[in-house]
Amino acid sequence: MAQIRIENLRKDFGAFNAVKSSSFTVENGEFFMLLGPSGCGKTTTLRMMAGLELPTSGEIYIGGEEVGMKRASERDIAFVFQMFALYPHMNVRKNISYPLVSQGLNKTEVAARVAEVAKILRIENILEKPVGGLSGGDRQRVALGRAIVRKPKAFFMDEPLGALDAEFREHMAEELRALHDRMGATTVYVTHDQLEAMQMGDKIVVMNHGVVEQFGKPQQIYDWPATKFVAKFIGSPPMNFLEFDGAIDIGGNEINLAGTSVKVPVSREKRLGKLTLGVRPEHMRFRDSAAFAGRVIAVEYLGTTQIVTLETPHGDIKARTPSNQAARVDELIGLEFDTRTLTIFDSISGKALVSEANEGVLSHG
Amino acid sequence: MSTYSVTEPSGRQKWFAGILVVLYAVITLLPLLWIIGTGFKSPADAIAYPPKMIFEPTVEGYVNLFTTRTRVPEDQLKALGEPTTWYDKLVRKNGVIITGASRFAERFTNSVIIGFGSTVLCIVLGTAAAYAFSRFKVPLKDDLLFFILSTRMMPPIAVAIPIFLMFRSLGLSDTHAGMILLYTAVNLSLSVWLLKGFIDEIPVEYEEAALIDGYTRFQAFYKVVLPQAVTGIASTAIFCLIFAWNEYAFAVLLTSGNAQTAPPFIPTIIGVSGQDWPAVAAGATIFLVPVMVFTILLRKHLLRGITFGAVRK
Repeated sequence: MAQIRIENLRKDFGAFNAVKSSSFTVENGEFFMLLGPSGCGKTTTLRMMAGLELPTSGEIYIGGEEVGMKRASERDIAFVFQMFALYPHMNVRKNISYPLVSQGLNKTEVAARVAEVAKILRIENILEKPVGGLSGGDRQRVALGRAIVRKPKAFFMDEPLGALDAEFREHMAEELRALHDRMGATTVYVTHDQLEAMQMGDKIVVMNHGVVEQFGKPQQIYDWPATKFVAKFIGSPPMNFLEFDGAIDIGGNEINLAGTSVKVPVSREKRLGKLTLGVRPEHMRFRDSAAFAGRVIAVEYLGTTQIVTLETPHGDIKARTPSNQAARVDELIGLEFDTRTLTIFDSISGKALVSEANEGVLSHG
Repeated sequence: MSTYSVTEPSGRQKWFAGILVVLYAVITLLPLLWIIGTGFKSPADAIAYPPKMIFEPTVEGYVNLFTTRTRVPEDQLKALGEPTTWYDKLVRKNGVIITGASRFAERFTNSVIIGFGSTVLCIVLGTAAAYAFSRFKVPLKDDLLFFILSTRMMPPIAVAIPIFLMFRSLGLSDTHAGMILLYTAVNLSLSVWLLKGFIDEIPVEYEEAALIDGYTRFQAFYKVVLPQAVTGIASTAIFCLIFAWNEYAFAVLLTSGNAQTAPPFIPTIIGVSGQDWPAVAAGATIFLVPVMVFTILLRKHLLRGITFGAVRK
């Protein structure tokens, strides 16, 4: 098990720049999520960490050792592929024991290790079967078995649940997390599914266009997004953005929206011009006395909660409210924001302004 | 309710398809049956007109194929006493005696060495080249591949004269090595292109998994890629072998004794009394066997979808 550190990692494919100077640290035993939309460079980053791509520049440390230019086989890591990549010409047992055979272990030890792994993953009954006929979940388990059997320093997983059916995914995600906790292994997991990342990860790196947008614990990232991209990518429905022209001073705690005053956390920055107020759908309440109001244009019923879409002078916003709270289309409803949870972004750069509320999260990363 | 089904043909359609298949089989197999039949005819039956469908089978043609014979006068034949072997007995009816073995076995062996030799070489070089073209960044890859294919854009025999001269000055004329090289050169482009297609189909993740599992690039190629490319290798090998095996023009031009293959030899089989058609047919029949056996042996690889189901696409 090991700490993994990435420093100024960069990858170019010809003229295309896939990863621009990424840096982050995966602590020993962490379940670490690399999250981002397709083409954001997360898979390339993982492949460089695994030794399947060579970095253009920058360093990769696994357990304190710089491995950037080392062969994959010399890094003592395991990789789980999205398409599983089980060797089709071998049965389950051979697939799982394959990494051990390359290490030159003797037969009894290989058999013992395979048996142990098969027990953990509950696949003892399919060991002699060819991999071709297995269900998606069993293939996933075999792929995991092949990864854990050699007790590597770290596990790298490239969207390992991406090829599974939705209902099975949830189940495998739980199983995977439980397996991780049991093994205490450092795991780096690539996904484009923000829910998966929030559900499973100890820490998340959000990437976009080859750049690390934010790095931190799931809740920190959800509550205090560093950029508009992160705010929009994480959460469903995403954070609402209310664009406005205005100003805020250091120490200021008020902004002006449609002629009404809205309280915000005490700002640590001074900014003038195009700004955006970010508010999560669940961080607002309906209150008739509130000055800032919107007209209901749609209501989506989701069981215990509902998503109410309102038209305001600063654009449409979605509110998540308890479904017993009446909201009829065309009704004008006053909105009260939960002051402590608001974030102001610079509309041009997309970066969040540091405030009393988010400074603890934004200052370290 | 109509009985119409999209997937299940009606009884009449099945009959029609069956008749078509049988008809096609008869048309394609007829020449083959003719050759095999002629091999078991007597010389007289072989050239009978109208052709004899029913005849008394004899292995005379096969005996003639493997032997050289000479005609001796009646009294000398009597003086030789009773024939000691069944094949002696067979030829003496025609007033000839066996004087020795023919060169057919030797020519046939040459065909085996040259045909299989060039096939093996084609597959080894072709697989290596195809793997490199499929997986690595090769400068001018497309141009190189086009150049490789372009060697097949004219009939190989068009360059017969330069090759003849080259072979003569290099001392390759009428050698096994020369013929293996030539057939390999002609087949290699086909082999590279076919195999590249097959290797392209094998997901690169398998090798990456093997690389991470602690294998070298060569081990990954050898233990993971090759077993999955077996289908492609088998079919490519069949194509290469069939070409090298049947090749006639270069064999006539470049070989005469030492390395002569069966195709130029078989038509030259002359009996004691003119062209010995049953012997020629017997030679052709035996000549068919290795390719047939090879194809049948590899057939299961052609049919088995070895990568089926292991990767979800």
